[in-house]
Amino acid sequence: MRAPFSSLFAGRPRRAPAALALFVAAMAAMPLVAGDYLLSVLILVLFAAYLAQAWNIMMGFAGLLSIGHALYIGIGAYASAALFVHYGTSPWIGMLAGVTIAALAGAAIGALSFRFKVGGVYFALLTIAFAEFTRILADHFGWIGASSGLFLPVANRATSDVWHLRGAPVMFYYLLLAAVLALLALGRLLLGRRIGYYWQAIREDEEAAKALGIDVFRCKLAAVTLSAGLTAVAGVFHAFYYNNLYPETIFAIGRSVELMLPAIIGGLGTLFGPILGAFLLTGLSEALTNATADWGIDGLKQLLYGLVLAIVVVLRPDGIWPWIAARLGLGAAPHPPASRVPPSARERSEGALPQGQP
Amino acid sequence: MLLANILVAGLLTGAVYALMALGLSVIFGVIRIVNFAHGEMMVLGMFGAWALNRFLHLDPLWAMPLVAAALFLAGYALQRGLINRFVARPEHMQFLLMLAIAIMLTSAMLMGFGPDARNVQLDYAFDSYDLGGLLVDKVRVLAAGGAVAGAALLWAFFRFARTGKAIRACADNYLGAQVVGLDVKRLYAITFGIGAACVGAAGSLMLLLVDVHPYLATDYTLLAFIIVIVGGLGSLGGALLGGLLIGLSEALSGFFIDPSMKSMFSYGLLILVLLVRPQGLLGRRL
Amino acid sequence: MGKETSRRLSRRAFGRGAAAAGALVAAPALLRWRAGAAEPVKIGVLLPRSGFLALIGQACQRGCDIAVPVLKDMGYAVELMNADTESSPDVARTQAEKLIREGAHVIVGAFESGATAAIAQVAEQKGTPCVINIGSEPKITEQGYKFVFRNFPTSPMLVTNGLNRMKSFFETTGTTPKTAVLMHVNDTFGQSMLAGINALAPKIGLPFKIVETIAYDPKTRDLSIEVAKAKAAGAELHMVVTRLNDAILMIREMVKQKYEPMGVISPGSPGMYEGQFLKTLGKYADYCVSNVPWINPKQEMSQTLEKAFHKAYPDQDFDLNIGFSFEGIQICADAAKRAGSNAPQALVEALKATHIEKRVMIGGPIRFAANGQNPDQVSAAVQNRGGKPLVVLPPDSAAEKPVFPVPGWQQRT
Repeated sequence: MRAPFSSLFAGRPRRAPAALALFVAAMAAMPLVAGDYLLSVLILVLFAAYLAQAWNIMMGFAGLLSIGHALYIGIGAYASAALFVHYGTSPWIGMLAGVTIAALAGAAIGALSFRFKVGGVYFALLTIAFAEFTRILADHFGWIGASSGLFLPVANRATSDVWHLRGAPVMFYYLLLAAVLALLALGRLLLGRRIGYYWQAIREDEEAAKALGIDVFRCKLAAVTLSAGLTAVAGVFHAFYYNNLYPETIFAIGRSVELMLPAIIGGLGTLFGPILGAFLLTGLSEALTNATADWGIDGLKQLLYGLVLAIVVVLRPDGIWPWIAARLGLGAAPHPPASRVPPSARERSEGALPQGQP
Repeated sequence: MLLANILVAGLLTGAVYALMALGLSVIFGVIRIVNFAHGEMMVLGMFGAWALNRFLHLDPLWAMPLVAAALFLAGYALQRGLINRFVARPEHMQFLLMLAIAIMLTSAMLMGFGPDARNVQLDYAFDSYDLGGLLVDKVRVLAAGGAVAGAALLWAFFRFARTGKAIRACADNYLGAQVVGLDVKRLYAITFGIGAACVGAAGSLMLLLVDVHPYLATDYTLLAFIIVIVGGLGSLGGALLGGLLIGLSEALSGFFIDPSMKSMFSYGLLILVLLVRPQGLLGRRL
Repeated sequence: MGKETSRRLSRRAFGRGAAAAGALVAAPALLRWRAGAAEPVKIGVLLPRSGFLALIGQACQRGCDIAVPVLKDMGYAVELMNADTESSPDVARTQAEKLIREGAHVIVGAFESGATAAIAQVAEQKGTPCVINIGSEPKITEQGYKFVFRNFPTSPMLVTNGLNRMKSFFETTGTTPKTAVLMHVNDTFGQSMLAGINALAPKIGLPFKIVETIAYDPKTRDLSIEVAKAKAAGAELHMVVTRLNDAILMIREMVKQKYEPMGVISPGSPGMYEGQFLKTLGKYADYCVSNVPWINPKQEMSQTLEKAFHKAYPDQDFDLNIGFSFEGIQICADAAKRAGSNAPQALVEALKATHIEKRVMIGGPIRFAANGQNPDQVSAAVQNRGGKPLVVLPPDSAAEKPVFPVPGWQQRT
């Protein structure tokens, strides 16, 4: 039941750590050579990578499909920004508040869902419902600016005040890079622990996991809580990087959907998949923007983007990282969760169901 | 009297919502694919009806069968050619596929029809019946009538037609259906076609009520989901009931609380139903 | 001059082609601009050309594109570098960085509040001047930015001007309603307008009492309940803050529900003057009043622009989106010419000293206060008449006399 990522270092001990070290060094050196534009694109990449990793804990590790993660980004962003605007509280303290609230929200949604046995697609829809519910609620919540938005006083770029997260983009770049690497390490750690094995067992077959005596409820709850709390951290960075917040955009379902894509495209349940996916998708988006800019056909970029997504999901349903990893000799041949139907999700639906390829 | 007016308007709008949601319900009930491109398909139907009106001067009510037929074919082909190989795959892949289709549809519509909101000019667009102080909007009555007729047709198909019964057999017992020699692939394609036809018909009717532009879709996708979950996924009666309930809930919360919060109450209703009765009001026990 | 303009103007491809060419020569150009002013100023234009705001974004783009040949005839050399914000502030930010990297000397944008705030921030961080063509969020010019200029009224300005104009509208027509119902879209713009109305109405001496305020969702599909509520309030005046699609839904419902107030008036919002509204609603669109900044039909500059515009885009609306987008480009071109250089600091100094008399919109000369805001904006009362939005006030720009109270829905032919 060990997934490919955990065998990453086991299989070829030399090559994989070397590749990782190279990657980290390259990323750390990037701001020295990259211009402002490239840096801002890389910041987008890191945001995407971090969020996809956080989401991956729920979906990739434990098999819980959430399409409402914008909720946790919004909570993190609004909690820290509102405290900063109203009381001048440091965003790091605000982050504590945001992460706590988001984790509690995640735990509450999870507890309700799992207690009432809401699973599969129904769980996904429930997460959407909570995010949308909160979005409209935030539209009417005056303390955080309601629908007219919350503005942070804008930073002067000459000074980098890390304690108050006021500073140049390069500061956010390194903070995000550190967060991405920390999350990578955390993912590796978790998967090697008991909880990681439990999650994967639940992901593959919830009933069997239960029969083995795993406390499914608690394990799933842990995944949701952790994922929600970690997602809120990105929300804090988002608020202080962009300096303005609107419920309409921060809680948008489009954001929830977008943040899932790198994980799915990169390789669900893998450690490097979300990072690779973030690079590929952000790069694709920028490349398409540049390529189609001269033609002046509005909408063409999105059309091509959708086409690429469709092609990837048809040709590489398990994601791109497992495929690349196998070719580069960075890991064993993959058999991630995607390769077969999770019976748990299927059985939630009524009656006897399609179980194989018709 | 004011309340009565509001309730009637809510119920009539709810009927059109119901027809739109029926398509989603049929597809999920049988194929178990969660169609996240549902709203986009409806917007496509709306543009279809608009084009028929613009170039052939067809009333959207008459365009409805044509649009439904066109979307049936498109849905059939889509299921046959692409979606069928995803039937047995996990939800997140189906989701990604449908999302990609949705993105492509939206941007193709932006490129094809432009960003403008399009509408049809009808001489009865502003008419309303005055029933002793109770104002009933003519367009809504027609749209609701069309929706009920569409739903009745669908019900008759599943109840009496051979193919309809076969599809139900498929939904009830997939293995059994294969054992008795039903061509499941074809039946699935027909089902997806029927779902698409429903949403196309609903789009034609919806064009009577709102102007169409390419970015209308997401809200309708979500709305359709709320309705079918509240009513019960895979249950025709449930979708109807869900549509009417959401229509009512929007009307009442808009009237008594705050119109800008009315969709919040729809989501609230969805959360409540999912937790208390996840199979939906008329759904069978899970 | 007008004729020549029209003839030389090809179509929208012109601006885009120029932008593409601009991108190609960007690198050598960067080396050359130090030398002198002969180099055309490169203007990065950021607009939501796809996504939810595509309709308005594409309209603004037409206003910018048409500016290139029109300004050329006036002796200004400009090049546009266009970028699509996809109606998302995140994309707007990256695209602004990209345009600046590719050599834009000044950036113009971005209609939507979030995107405008994002590009203003980038401009400030990079030290590249930024001219906001349309965007009413007041906080953007309250941040102490040194590189950001706005030629569009903030929402408090819109409200103040709008309410004052409404007052003079009622004085001119000789009828003042005593009660009003306020229906507004509940988004960023709607809320700041609402706040403005509540704060300023008493100060201005608003002649009527607002008996009911009804907010609705910007993505609303149906306004029957909202309109029924408004009708039940029984007020004399129907005051609205709308966007486009909801404005259409609203009037349709009002006709169906036989709700006949003395008139429908907006203190300063889009929707009711737009071509889509007029086309869709036909005779029912008539007599609606929007108190908004508007193109001055009596200015020579706007007549020239209108001719060129209709030649290039025969089917498109010539409205304030076009006017302000044109002025955005005009301001940059004018500053670059006076600065004699495209260097940021020189441009900023020139922008600060802006004084443009020959403008398109109604109002005094374009100039900027210390905070970068143009403080002299004026709102006109624009009433739809015979399917066209016509200026009815102020009198010296008026094309038609105002009508109030308006004829009932059924009395129109």
